[in-house]
Amino acid sequence: MYNYDAKASYHNMDMSTAFISLLFVFMLATFVGLDVIRRVSRLLHTPLMSLTNAISAIAVVGAILLAGEAETPFSTALGLIAVFASTTNIVSGFLITDRMLKMFKRRDPGS
Amino acid sequence: MSAATELTYLVSTALFIFSLKWMSDPKTARRGVFAGVVAMALAVGGTLIHHEIVTYRGIAIAFVLGTIVGVPLSWVPLTAVPQRTALSHAFGGLAAGLVGTAKYYLWLPTEELTTFRMAAIAVEIVLGYLTCTGSLMAAGKLQEVLPTRPITYRNQNFINFGLFGLAVVIAGWLVVDPSKPFLFPILIALALSFGVLLILPIGGADMPTVISLLNSYAGLAAVAMGFVMENKLLITAGALDGSSGLILSIIMCRAMNRSFTNVLFGAFGQVQAGGGAAEQRTAKSATSEDAAQILENANSVVIIPGYGMAVAQAQHRIRDLYEHLAKRGVDVKFAIHPVAGRMPGHMNVLLAEAEIPYDRLVEMDDINPDMPQVDVALVVGANDVVNPAARHDSKSPIFGMPIIDADKAKTVMAIKRSMNPGFAGIENELYFADNTLMLFGDAKAVVGDLVKQMAGGESVH
Repeated sequence: MYNYDAKASYHNMDMSTAFISLLFVFMLATFVGLDVIRRVSRLLHTPLMSLTNAISAIAVVGAILLAGEAETPFSTALGLIAVFASTTNIVSGFLITDRMLKMFKRRDPGS
Repeated sequence: MSAATELTYLVSTALFIFSLKWMSDPKTARRGVFAGVVAMALAVGGTLIHHEIVTYRGIAIAFVLGTIVGVPLSWVPLTAVPQRTALSHAFGGLAAGLVGTAKYYLWLPTEELTTFRMAAIAVEIVLGYLTCTGSLMAAGKLQEVLPTRPITYRNQNFINFGLFGLAVVIAGWLVVDPSKPFLFPILIALALSFGVLLILPIGGADMPTVISLLNSYAGLAAVAMGFVMENKLLITAGALDGSSGLILSIIMCRAMNRSFTNVLFGAFGQVQAGGGAAEQRTAKSATSEDAAQILENANSVVIIPGYGMAVAQAQHRIRDLYEHLAKRGVDVKFAIHPVAGRMPGHMNVLLAEAEIPYDRLVEMDDINPDMPQVDVALVVGANDVVNPAARHDSKSPIFGMPIIDADKAKTVMAIKRSMNPGFAGIENELYFADNTLMLFGDAKAVVGDLVKQMAGGESVH
């Protein structure tokens, strides 16, 4: 990725451009997020929150990388707990969102 | 990261955005869940093929255990969804905190803790751990294993701000000089205790705002993790969650006419108790017979449910009432206040579970212009959200809060256990209005009685 032996100042400069490009991603994603969420029906705010619970469990990606690279027993252990915690959120978040959404029905023409 | 992994992440990000986009309408919402599941599967799959991953066994076990715990958590009754949500924020915060902690100790000896990395780690662990303990507190209060009343003590705000300030100073110190490992556990401890202290003074009625805020924090913790791991997918998905929590918090605050600082540091519900008791007014009560007759002869009925309806488990009786009236040609609608319930949109889910069609659920702003033409407003378990004092009494603690204009209906019926004032001891003048009839009793029993009276009239039973 970058040269570990380089002088700290150079190292930091290289990092700072990488960091700013990440800030770009964050800014754009926030704008998209605000715009998309604003359009979500108020009826569905509870399922929305459980869905975003599941989505923010994307932390599982970082947890897998940490646990899978297995650098030290300590980092592996923390990574595995984090994988467990995120998996719980993914599974329960998607399942309960779908369970709630199934309940939203229009008036059936029969009654 | 290999190109294959990055490309999977790209597709995954797009699907997450579609997933939320499809939540805009109940008709497409389930497709949104499907898109989310595919996106998550791609994200996990793309990560697992990463070449630096050397061991899979532990990860597989963690997946299985997470599934074993996660599946039952999705079966909770809908009244308990706020607790489940809070618990899930706690798990999310914990995951972020742990990854940040591990990364600090991995990078410390190899001197890879650049300024940016250290700053990102500091934000990640502070947000992660405070979300974790704060959400556990919120879940405890919602589950009523902890006292739901706000817990306050002297100098509370001073102590909270002091702790937070200390955390900021220590985080700043670490960023300047990461090689002070003794500071790191202190920062973790501060974040953990700040989470607890922040939620202590918050009462049940403020839970919708607090849950939304914690939702936002959990998302931002994932964003910070993205900065630590230099992972764009984490940043995007975390930002989607963060902005969702932010928008919901803003909606909740507006619906109560309060600011963030007021919710977090105001300790609502402690002040202004009593006072109004001096004036003795009488309310009119009606029997269920009379009430049933008035309802049946109405052209339009608006039912205003509050959390009390869910506590009394009255929603299925309400559905029977709705069906009876609808069969007689009465136009029945449900008026939903944004903060009704214990989390955003809670009331809609509870009514949907009782099989009330969602096109009958109308938002406050849409129903209010029609209220003067409504024959009967039936208040079930709602209190502050229909208190006209919010419109005109500048001394009332809820002054300025948008309310459902139940009092403008031709007749108001309010179901209540007794005349005791509700949360925060605010007296509701609606109950003493000339056009208001009180129906005393448990919401489930009273609505059941109303249905029985109507059925009796048709001599069905």
